[in-house]
Amino acid sequence: MKKDLLGIGDLTEDEIHLVLDTAEAMREIAQRPIKKVPTLRGKTVVNLFYEPSTRTRTSFEIAEKRLSADTLNIAVAVSSVVKGETLADTARNIEAMAPDMIVIRHASSGAPHLLSRICRSRIINAGDGMHEHPTQALLDAFTIREHKKKIAGLKVTIVGDLLHSRVLRSNVLLLTRLGADVWVSGPPTLVPVGLERHGVRVSTSIDEAVADADVIMMLRIQQERMHGAFFPSLREYFSTFGMTRARVARAKPDVIIMHPGPMNRGVEIDSEVADGPYSVILEQVANGVAVRMAVLYLLAGGSEGD
Amino acid sequence: MSTMLLKGGRVVDPVNGRDGALDVLIQGDRIARVGRDLAAEGAAVVEIPGGFVVCPGLIDMHVHLREPGQEHKETVATGTAAAVAGGFTAVACMPNTSPVNDNAGVTEYILKKGSEANLARVYPIGAVSRGQQGEQLADIAELRQAGCVAITDDGHPVATAMLMRRALEYTRMFDMPVIEHCEEQTLKGDGVAHEGYYASALGLRGIPGEAESIMALRDISLAELTGGRVHVAHMSARQTLDAVRFGKTRGVRVTCEVTPHHFVLTDELLAAPVPYDTNVKMNPPLRDAADRDAIVTGIADGSVDVIATDHAPHHYDEKQVEFDRAPFGITGLETAVSLCFDRLVHAGRISLARMIELLSVNPARILKVPGGALSDGAPADISILAPDMNVTVDVARMRSKSKNTPFAGWTLRGGVAATIVGGRLVYVNDAIQWSALRHAQVER
Repeated sequence: MKKDLLGIGDLTEDEIHLVLDTAEAMREIAQRPIKKVPTLRGKTVVNLFYEPSTRTRTSFEIAEKRLSADTLNIAVAVSSVVKGETLADTARNIEAMAPDMIVIRHASSGAPHLLSRICRSRIINAGDGMHEHPTQALLDAFTIREHKKKIAGLKVTIVGDLLHSRVLRSNVLLLTRLGADVWVSGPPTLVPVGLERHGVRVSTSIDEAVADADVIMMLRIQQERMHGAFFPSLREYFSTFGMTRARVARAKPDVIIMHPGPMNRGVEIDSEVADGPYSVILEQVANGVAVRMAVLYLLAGGSEGD
Repeated sequence: MSTMLLKGGRVVDPVNGRDGALDVLIQGDRIARVGRDLAAEGAAVVEIPGGFVVCPGLIDMHVHLREPGQEHKETVATGTAAAVAGGFTAVACMPNTSPVNDNAGVTEYILKKGSEANLARVYPIGAVSRGQQGEQLADIAELRQAGCVAITDDGHPVATAMLMRRALEYTRMFDMPVIEHCEEQTLKGDGVAHEGYYASALGLRGIPGEAESIMALRDISLAELTGGRVHVAHMSARQTLDAVRFGKTRGVRVTCEVTPHHFVLTDELLAAPVPYDTNVKMNPPLRDAADRDAIVTGIADGSVDVIATDHAPHHYDEKQVEFDRAPFGITGLETAVSLCFDRLVHAGRISLARMIELLSVNPARILKVPGGALSDGAPADISILAPDMNVTVDVARMRSKSKNTPFAGWTLRGGVAATIVGGRLVYVNDAIQWSALRHAQVER
C-alpha cells in the first residue's frame, strides 16, 4: 500500500481486493461479545474533521477503537481553526505530536493532499470537497460484492447530484476499475464535465439508466445547492429523478438499493424504496466499520506488523 | 555626458526594419546612432558576444506591483528589480492596490516609488471606477494628467455595460485604452479552475472559457458603438481569440494580450505532478490543450498583439492553503523571456522580430509610451538577450519578493543578458562571463 489513501487512484486492483477481503475478516470481530482486537495498540489516530459528519466520523472512531488504537477527535468548532490557524499549521502541530495516522474530512477538494505533503503520518481521506471519499466507495463495493458475489459485469446505476458528489467520483473510479458497467443519471445541470472519459454511460433518462440494473445507488440532493438553480424545484426533481417503486421495478428483480446518507426522503428517494426489501442502506453503514478497520490495519503495516 | 557603444550584437529593431550585426551608440540617456562599425570616439565599448540580441527595451504592460498596501507580496522596488532581471525596461502596473489607484495621489506615490527604485520605468494604470467598485467613473482626466497610461478595473471586469460604454466614450478624448479583465461574473461563480476534465475529476469548481469570451464580445461591441479603444487582458480561451478576430475584421479598435503561462501550460497541471498545486491557480485559469494551441496560433498569425505576464506576486503563506482558498495568480516577470524563446521562437512558431513586436513594439504603441524602437534620439531603453543560453529557473535567485511560479526548476533555452534603462546598465546576468559589461556597469 502507498503511504496515504487520498483517493481510489492510490490503490491497485489487487489492493482493492485485499481491502475487501480483509474487511470480511474484520466484520467477524463485530459479532464477538468483546468487539476489540489489539492490532493497533500503541498507534495514535487523529480524526481531523473540518465538516460536520455523523456517520463517517463515528464509523472511523468505532473502527479505530475496535483495533485498540488511541484516537483523538478534532472537530472544527473546538479546534484553533476558529482562531484563524491555517490547515498547514494545524497539520504541523498535530504532526509534532507524532500520530501514526490522520483521518481528514474537509470541505476543500485537495485538503488531504496538502496534509500529505506536510506530514509523515499516514493520511486517510474521509471526504474532501467534491473530490473523493474513498472509504465510502470501498464499503459500497464491499456491500455490492457481498450481495452479488462479484462486481465485474454488473450494471450499477448512480442517480442524483453527480456534480457535487465525492461519493460519485470515488465510486466511478473504483467500480469501473473492477469491471462494472457504470451508468449515471441526473439532470444535465448536475453532470460533471468529462465524466464519460472514465468509461461511464451518462443518461438523462432515469428509466433507461435503471433498466435491468443490478445495483441502484442514490446520491443525496443537497438542498443548499438550490440557489445555484440546478433544477426548478424539489418537487420536480422527485418527479423526474426520484427513486420510486415503479422505477425500481424496471431494474433486475434482485436489484439492491444503496444510499451513502444522509437521505432526503421524498426528494431523491421514496420512503417505500428506502425502507423496502431491496434496500441495503443500513448494511452499508455496518460494513463501513469493517472496511475502515481494514484500511486502518493495512495502512498501519498490515501483516508485517510494522 | 557618459557614452556607451554596444558593439557587435545582432540588432533586431522591427520598427526601423533592422535585423543584423549593428552597433548602438548611447549618449547620456538617449540613443545617438545605430549603424555598422560605429567608431568608439571615447565611448565605453561593450562587446556583445556573438549570438546575442540587442533590441528595443521590453515592456510588460500587465503587472501587479502591489504597492501601496500589499508590500508583503511585492513593492515597486522589488517588482522593478524583477522586471529588469527579466529583460523588461518598463512595466505598466495595475490599479488594484490598497488604496486603489483611482486618484492622482496614488498615481504620484507609485511614480515616486518608481523613481526611487530607479530601475525599470513604471507606467501606472488607473482604475476605471472609483474604488474599482463598478459604480462611478474614477477621475480619469486627473489620473492621466498624473501619469496613468490606461485605465482598467483589473481583477474584475467593468461591472456594467453602461459603465463600460461611458469609460470607452470618455477615454476617447485622450485616445487612451480601456484594459478589460474579461469575465462574466455569474458564469465564473465561485470557480477556481478551467471547467474541463481535470477540474471535474479533482472536484474543483470550473470557469468555462465562455465566461471570458462573452465579456470580450460585450466590450468589443461597445468599442464599436463608441469608437473607444478596448484592450483584452490575459486572453486565455479560444472563443475569446475568435471574438477579438471578429472585432478586428470589423475595424473595431480592439487589441489583446496573452500571458506566457497560457501559451505554455494547460489544466493538466492541476492533477500532476503536484496535485492541487496552488501555483497553477490563476485567473483566467490554465485552459485545455485546444485553447493553449489556439493561443499559440493566434500569436503566430498576428491576431495577438502583446505578450504580457500578469505578474501577480503572492506571499508563500497565502499560497500554502487549500486550493479553493488560495489567491489567484503567479509571478511572471523573470520567466517570460525564456518561455517566449523556448516555446515560440526556438519551437519555430514565430520569428525573433515577431517576439520583439509582441514584447516591445506593440505594448509601446498601445499604451502610447516611448520605446519599441531603437530610433536616433529615443530613450536608451535596450534589452540584451541571449537566445541560446540555457536557463534553469531558480526561485532562490529571483528578485521578486514572491516566489509563486509553476516554472521552478524548468530549464529553458533563451534568457536575458543585460538590461539598459535610460542609458544605464540596470541589470547584468551573473551567469555570463563578460568583463566588458561588468566594466561598463562600474562606469555608469
